[in-house]
Order: sequence, then structure tokens, then C-alpha cells
Amino acid sequence: MPVNQTSLFTRRLRNGAWRVVELITTPVVPADYLDVIAPLRNPTVLRARIEAVRPETADAVTLELRPGRGWEPHQPGQYVRLGVDVDGVRLWRAYSVTSAAGRRDGRFTVTVNAVRDGVVSGHLLRHARKGMLVHLDVPAGDFVLTSPRPARTLFVTAGSGITPVMGMLRSALPELGDVVVVHSARTPEGVVFGAELRELAAQGRIRLIERHTRADGRLKPAALADLVPDLFERETWACGPGDMLDDLQEHWADAGAAERLHVERFRPTVLVAGDGGTVTFEKSGLVVDVAAGATVLDAAEAAGQLMRSGCRMGICFKCVLPMREGIVRDVRDGKLTTATEVDGDNVLIQTCISTAAGPCRLDA
Amino acid sequence: MTTLQRKEVNPIAHLSPEDIEQLGRELDAIRDEILAVRGEQDARHIRRMIAVQRRLELGSRAVLLFSVFPPAWVLGTIGLSISKILENMEIGHNILHGQYDFMRDPKIHSTTWEWDSASPAEQWKHSHNELHHKYTNVVGRDNDLGYGIMRVDEQQRWAPAHLGQPLYNFVNACFFEYGIAAYDLELGRNLRTKKRRNNPEFRARARQVLHKIRRQVTRDYVVHPALALPVGFAVGNPLGALFGTMAANFVANLARNLWTHSVIMCGHFPNGVETFERTSITGETRGEWYLRQMLGSANISGSKLMHIMTGNLSHQIEHHLFPDLPASRYAEVAPKVRALFERYQLNYVTGPLVFQVASAWAKVFRLALPNRKPAREIDHSIPPRHPAEVAA
Repeated sequence: MPVNQTSLFTRRLRNGAWRVVELITTPVVPADYLDVIAPLRNPTVLRARIEAVRPETADAVTLELRPGRGWEPHQPGQYVRLGVDVDGVRLWRAYSVTSAAGRRDGRFTVTVNAVRDGVVSGHLLRHARKGMLVHLDVPAGDFVLTSPRPARTLFVTAGSGITPVMGMLRSALPELGDVVVVHSARTPEGVVFGAELRELAAQGRIRLIERHTRADGRLKPAALADLVPDLFERETWACGPGDMLDDLQEHWADAGAAERLHVERFRPTVLVAGDGGTVTFEKSGLVVDVAAGATVLDAAEAAGQLMRSGCRMGICFKCVLPMREGIVRDVRDGKLTTATEVDGDNVLIQTCISTAAGPCRLDA
Repeated sequence: MTTLQRKEVNPIAHLSPEDIEQLGRELDAIRDEILAVRGEQDARHIRRMIAVQRRLELGSRAVLLFSVFPPAWVLGTIGLSISKILENMEIGHNILHGQYDFMRDPKIHSTTWEWDSASPAEQWKHSHNELHHKYTNVVGRDNDLGYGIMRVDEQQRWAPAHLGQPLYNFVNACFFEYGIAAYDLELGRNLRTKKRRNNPEFRARARQVLHKIRRQVTRDYVVHPALALPVGFAVGNPLGALFGTMAANFVANLARNLWTHSVIMCGHFPNGVETFERTSITGETRGEWYLRQMLGSANISGSKLMHIMTGNLSHQIEHHLFPDLPASRYAEVAPKVRALFERYQLNYVTGPLVFQVASAWAKVFRLALPNRKPAREIDHSIPPRHPAEVAA
């Protein structure tokens, strides 16, 4: 078949040409040179450029992002991981996509709320500027609308929990029949997207129940039942602080409606440093208690784990292992290194000069 | 050089074990100061260096497409030489030391970086970071003393073959990257017996080196010269374009090799640098390790441009004290380190490049001949001391 032969021939030609291009740039790959000129064109490293920065409240800001090659469109309610260089160190955080799905220009927005002592959120709030590059991961998460769309919907959110729900409302409100939004924030001014939500309510497109916790206290599930009598007949999406979600899940389970409640938990990324800790080696299954001051390398070897090692004094970088989650301390200078699940890429630690400062999981 | 333990006058006799530990604490404090400010500035520095180098390389390669014209040949060759030097020294060497691992950028990380050198990064990290930096100037442990082909210390046994070492050293300088690759492979030792030659681990590593060399040679001497052909045909001189580009690449590689070899010779070979007995490092403390780095390294004085072109290995002393701190910080800590040398009455070996290179070459010549006097007995009372003595 001539058609196939041609395509095979062109494919071979293209592969051959590509191999020559790779030879031109060896020992690095062509994309490394491309990075210098057009960082968004690199197909192997997904990045985004900040196209606009819009303040939402005193401590929330919306970033409009133009993703580079390799991006996949999101479903309303999903989150993306952003890798932001703060003080020279790349840190990853997850943010819900707040823009409507399927925008023509391919851009999307995330809305960053300041977290107390939040390194990344604080940095973005103060330093995010048009033109800045951030690293990006494809959208993830199963906190998404069901299809077919439910006839009656309830959203229960608190604080920054409104962000994934805003993405859903902006994407799919016309497809959702009867929508109730119950949202808690500390003060009326602190309601992220307050104006837009109130406008939707004024137009009668949603029923909005705003709760200001500084004046009214926290919302309990029993009170929620008073506000929304047909609670369990609605498909419900909830996002907010962990204990609120615990309360809701218990309430829905008690009513036998657990499957109608969808929750999204923002994982806490704060790890508190202690002395010593349990280190789990995921591949070998070994679990070792590393005492304060003892190095991960020594403790693991004493327990029979095969470890890569070199200089054993922190200068050769041969013993580095990926830490999936955990917190370690440099025995030389006390510096802490943390890894959370959101870091994704795995934080590489030198086992010969690291001691556990809490529970750690290593990819070894 | 004579190992410190066999010298007539011991340069550290005035230091007590407590002094040495105090010295170590003061160096740790200098390290902590840099760690506290390490961040944005260092990340920007290495990214800028990478961007400059890649632009320079692309630009020079583009100019060399017209290598058939002499001015383009000269310009492109100079640019490519500088680009190759930057790539090896300020970028590759320092990234492979883990100096920028703190950035958590998988693209600029000691575990992923590959450089334009015949020696694969992984193998070089073993022989350089692990062996040379841990066992700096310990005769018999640190093969960087003479790279296994030269005698650079009175303690090394003389053989008639050493008569030729000025020649070996010159050839090694011209083809330094291959010398380093052979050295990482311990080629001499591994080719000697059949058993070693057939060792699968050795063969695998040798294959990696050959694969890398093949790619780089193809790039420099086949692909890029071929790319210059169209212009060559256009002006009716294809052979001029082909061989012109080949020659440009050869000259750039040669310039890079001679430069890096000279800089590296200045690090540990000039007069005034100390070497150590193998037995002297058993149970070495952190303070003693620091002291050995201080005595075993030498600097090159010069301008800021000079420091960048040497990858800051002109601050070899600071580099050996803090091999994992960003190299661009060495200039900042150098005055503090030097003040420590003065306070502890130690010899801070430094000098202009030409002087240091001459000093190192003089040693290569001198030690090509057997020693005039037999070596002195080891004086075991000379520190670095054994921990039992420190405790006593």
C-alpha cells in the first residue's frame, strides 16, 4: 500500500533527522537550547506564563495562566500543581482551577489564598507579575461534576474551598438546574468571588447562603439542614477545612446518603520538625526508627537495608534518595528539608548527612 | 612535595588538637553564613551562566557555518572555545558538585546533569567528588596527585618511565578530557590483567565512555562540518568549509583542554601545597579534614572574569573547604578564610596563573628525576592526629 509506505518513509526520515538534531546538541537535548529562547515550547517540561494578576480580596489573588506545550484541558473542579521558585528553591503547591473549562484562548486561572505562614501563597501574593514563568503539571483530581448533571445541586464551601466550586459554577451553571451555594467566610469582605456570587444570586441563578463566621460562628450540619431542607435530595459537593468535611461526611452517612456527597480536602502541607522519626523504605518495605542525631544512612545500614553511599560526609552526592514525604534535618547545620505529596517530583535528600525530624517515606 | 609527616619543619606543629577543632568550628560558621543567604541570587547566577553559554554556543556554531571565511572562522572558534570552557568549569563542574541541588530544579541537578566532556558525569562524580575531595592530597588515596601517570611527590616511588613525564603531561594537557575519562576508568590498572579487562563492571563503564566519546566526536567532527558544506558549495570551496569547521572544533577542544589542565594543575601542585601520609587520616575529625583541605590546595589570584573562566576553581582552597556551596560565593568567603589562615599561622598559597602554572610544571620536571636525598622517616607525632590523641 503506497500510502503506508510513504508514511513509513516520512516517519523514518523524521526520526533520522531528529537523531541528527540530537547529535548536534549532545550531551544535552535540543529542548534544552529551546528553553533559552522559548520556554513554553519545550514538550518535556510543562510551564505556564502568568498573563494577568488580579487581586480578589486583601489576601487572595487570581493568576491568569497561559500553559505551554503538553497541557491538557481540565474538568471543572480539578486542581493543578504549580511549581514556583521561591528564593531560588522550586516548591510545588496544588491550586484549584477557577476559570470556566474550554476557553478559546487556552488560558485558565487559579486563585491563590494566603495561607498563614504560607511560603508559596505569600510569595505569589506579593511577587506574581505578568510575564513570570511557573512550572505546571496537568490537571488532576476527581472532585468533578457528575454527568449527566444533577437536577438539584448543593455546594457547601468555606474559605478557599470556594475555588474549585467557582470553577464548576463558571463552567456548568446553565446545565445545573437548581443550585444552592452555602459559603462560610470570616467576614463579608473576606468572601473570595463575593461580588460574582452575589450577582449570580441577584439574577436568581443560584440561591446563595453566606455565613460570616466571625459574627455567626461556625456552621454545623444540623443548622445546614435548617437552611437547606431538601439536603439529601441534592447531589452535594463540599470543600473546606478538614473538620467541617468530617462533620458533613458523618451527617450524610448517618442519613444513608454518603454516596451523594463529594468532598475535596486540601492537604495540609505543614510538617512540624521534631527529633528523630520513623523512616519507611517503600520498595524494600523496611521501616527504621532513626534516632535524633543518627543519619538515615547509618540507621538503614544497621537495619540491613542496601544503601548507595560514597564519601559519607555530604560532599559527593552519591547517596541521594528521593523522599516522597517527610522531614529531615541536616546534621551539620540543622537545616530542614521537607517533602509533601504535592511536591510530586520527589525531593532528593543526602542520606549520609540527614537525620529524620519526623516520619519520612523514601523511594528505595 | 614531601608529605607533611616527613618534613623537617612541621608547618602545623604550633596547633594543638583544640586549636584544630576550633578552626573547624570557625569554618563551619562561615559555611552557615553562606547557607543562610543562599537562594535567589545563586539560582539566578547559574541560570544566567547556562543561558549565556547556550547562546554563545549556538551563536558560535552559527558563525562557523561560514567557517570558509577566515574572520568567521576566527570569531566562531574563539566563541566556541569560551563556550566550552564555561560549560565545563563554571557550569558542569559546579552543578555536578551538587552546588545547585538546593534549587530542586530537576534540570539543574547533580543527578541529571550531563556535560561536554569525554567522562560521563556519573563516573567523574565518583573519582572527583568522592575520592579526590574526601582524600585530598593523601598519597596513595588521592589519585589526582599525578593522575597515575606522573610522579608529583617525593614519596612516590621513582621509576625510569618518569623521565618522560613532562612529555606525558603535555600530551595529557592537549587531550585532557580523554585523560580524565581514562583516569576515571582506571584504564592502566584495569587493562593490565585479563581478569580486570573482562570484568563486566569495567566493560560496562568503558562502553559508556566510548558511547559518549563517539557522540561528541561525531558532533564536532562530522555533523557540524557537514552543516557548513552548503555555504562551502555556494562559494565553491566545500573542502575548505568541511575542514575549516573540523579545525575550529579541534582548536576549541584543544583550547578548553589546555585551559582546564592549567587551572587544575594550579589547584594542588604548586609549591607550598602539602601532601599527607595514608596513615595520617585514620579517624580524622572534621577539624582535621578542614585543615588538610586548607594545606592541600592552592588559589589563583586574578580578576572576576578570571574567576568565572576557571569556574571559580581559582578559589580552590575555598572550594575544597566548601565543595557543595555555590562557587560564585567563594570570592565572598575568601577574605574570611584568608584571615583564618593568618590567625592560625598557616600558608595561604596563591599567585597569578602564570606563576602557579610555572611552579606546577617545575615540579613535574624536578620529580621526573629521582630524589636527591632519600625520604625521611615518618614523624608520627605530627598531626593530623588520631582521635585517641585528641581525646587524651
